Amino acid sequence: MANVTLTEAVYYILLSLVEPMHGYGIMQKAESLSNGRVKLAAGTLYGAINSLLEKGWITALPGEKDSRKKEYQITQEGRQALEAELLRLKELLENGKRILEG
Amino acid sequence: MRHVVRKLFWVWNYDKEEKWLNEMAAKGLCLISVGYGKFEFEDCDPGEYRICLQMLEKRPRHIESRRYIEFVESTGAEHIGTFARWIYFRKKATDGDFAMFSDYDSRIKHLNRIITFVGLVSLANLLIGTGNVIRAIANAYPIADLNYSGLLNIAIGILGSFGTWRLLKKRNKLKAESQLFE
Repeated sequence: MANVTLTEAVYYILLSLVEPMHGYGIMQKAESLSNGRVKLAAGTLYGAINSLLEKGWITALPGEKDSRKKEYQITQEGRQALEAELLRLKELLENGKRILEG
Repeated sequence: MRHVVRKLFWVWNYDKEEKWLNEMAAKGLCLISVGYGKFEFEDCDPGEYRICLQMLEKRPRHIESRRYIEFVESTGAEHIGTFARWIYFRKKATDGDFAMFSDYDSRIKHLNRIITFVGLVSLANLLIGTGNVIRAIANAYPIADLNYSGLLNIAIGILGSFGTWRLLKKRNKLKAESQLFE
């Protein structure tokens, strides 16, 4: 996995899609996971879903043509990206703690 | 009861238009349809709705635009209407904040779309207008016959260039902020 930094929106979208979910479900899940802090707007979410589909990090589940009900799920590549991001976040947290808290 | 208000906004002032529509909704006048400089409202509870507008990437009837509108509606927003490539949504204020974009990247992409549109229209008007005026001068028409539509094109081009500059300033400010924050 290349050394990439995920945006907060992408991070929470991937995390939400560990279980199959449609667009509105992702918005609600991201908001609840972040205790109401992350509010994904529809336009931002739509663009991110399309980019993630193109990248192969998420997949649209078959069977639903109506885009209102279409469900998505994370792929193996998406999980790898999330895991790499967790390592990066851990490094940020540890460095921050070490320097600020001594 | 329905109320029609005639008002014009320059494309580059779309955020002012959105602000005005939200002020109207806060007063109890909720947008129900849009046309060329024409806004139709109906009575609603003051502050019942929040309004958002956005420029589409493709024509409104394009399959991609239809999919997008369906997607936004699936998040609890209501598609009020479409004017040219602009779509208008409303959402109950009780559902919380309402915005089309929640990060710098998508806001910048949206602005770039508007910049490309306004910039190209301005450039086309400047080129056509200048061409027509030069031709009129080269053919030594009397001053009274000077190509007025050419002058009008140039005026539109200059105005649009001003709009493009305003949008570029807005975009560059967002870009600078995006270097520091997410």
